[in-house]
Amino acid sequence: MNTRISRDELAQRIAADIPEGAYVNLGIGAPTLVANFLPADLEIILHTENGLLGMGPAPESGRIDPDLINAGKQPVTALAGAAYFHHADSFGMMRGGHLDVCVLGAFQVGQNGDLANWSTGAPGAIPAVGGAMDLAIGAKDVYVMTDLLTKQGESKLVESCTYPLTGVGCVSRVYTDHAIFDVTPDGFAVREAFGDNTLESLAELTGLTLVAR
Amino acid sequence: MIDKTVPTVAAAIEDIPDGATIMIGGFGRAGQPVELIDALIAHGAKNLTIVNNNAGNGDTGLAALLANKQVRKIVCSFPRQSDSWVFDGLYRAGEIELELVPQGNLAERIRAAGAGIGAFFSPTGVGTQLAEGKEEREIDGRRYVLEYPIKADFALISALRADRWGNLVYRETARNFGPIMASAATTTIAQVDEVVALGSLDPEAVVTPGIFVDRVVAVGQRPWLRDGEFVGGVDIEGRPLASDNDAEKEDAA
Repeated sequence: MNTRISRDELAQRIAADIPEGAYVNLGIGAPTLVANFLPADLEIILHTENGLLGMGPAPESGRIDPDLINAGKQPVTALAGAAYFHHADSFGMMRGGHLDVCVLGAFQVGQNGDLANWSTGAPGAIPAVGGAMDLAIGAKDVYVMTDLLTKQGESKLVESCTYPLTGVGCVSRVYTDHAIFDVTPDGFAVREAFGDNTLESLAELTGLTLVAR
Repeated sequence: MIDKTVPTVAAAIEDIPDGATIMIGGFGRAGQPVELIDALIAHGAKNLTIVNNNAGNGDTGLAALLANKQVRKIVCSFPRQSDSWVFDGLYRAGEIELELVPQGNLAERIRAAGAGIGAFFSPTGVGTQLAEGKEEREIDGRRYVLEYPIKADFALISALRADRWGNLVYRETARNFGPIMASAATTTIAQVDEVVALGSLDPEAVVTPGIFVDRVVAVGQRPWLRDGEFVGGVDIEGRPLASDNDAEKEDAA
């Protein structure tokens, strides 16, 4: 009961939904796994907000270039056709609605599409936001990649976010280890349930009224 | 004759006074003006306000400037990193003020200062804690928050090459904040690998025109380049790979 797919399987599932020609930003953490599953024969252009379109995989050992990094400050490569640009242009690409897809992690997603992924609001925590708020409101489609439940078993899909918001009404779809959900005006719609998950079992796990697709 | 070259990093920053607001370029190690920061530490100006994407990491560069108690306030988007212990300690001790700004708003506020924009409405941060107390307006059905420019007394940036007029070219993602910070400071100081003869930079490829640059100082070629070509052999911080030496030793054995 309650089938869960692995991180890699989920990354592969997200990659399968990204069409050729898309300009895509993959957030720091689990979303970067999606890059491993983009089909090599399709031209999908990865954006990294520190200033590169056409980002390629990590370099071979000994070929690390400290001038060529991604937003997670990891070494990357530049593909044929790549372009470099400064930070204001890079965030203009997001804010201006030029990116097609962005994949982000989440602490919580509200059924109205609100996203909380930058702060748990814990007292004494040092706040850090980076590009999270710009990414959340920037891309045409904002996909969240996350486990459905926290380690404590609480649903990350919620009626209304209790953690500090990253963006308002910005999420279009949530890919979880149990199922894929679309954000609709009527709440979360189950787009695809993995394994033996059902609308009813997902409703029970989340405590939400879910919409069938 | 215009000659913006300065012989040493110490001479390049010697007039930075206590209390100055200084933009420092770079995103991680890429584009960080390490030699200029080291000169600023040796110089000792205090009570500074620093604008940077981060708040330093490890014990070098910006982190060393913080550790030397020269910084009163930092304006940045992402102070907390796995190795930002210097900032973390100062912040928890209440010894440094933090203005946290979403990264894209930080970049656009810097750009706006350089472009003479009085303020602008941004959709980033709407409805979040970071927009609290800020003027909001709905334009064409979308909500925006009023953001003001960030300008500075000095910008310390790093580029690949300059000419004596201050035209700059960068390298790869090390460009990051350089062009916008250059435009937003009263005095912009660029460290470069080399200063080349006037006319040898392709005008089509100049990224920061010299009008935005006041001083350039050559600091020598970065260790992962040789004769301008990438040779690698370093880690992400630009330090020589220990494993290479080990491999050579093994080869020798």
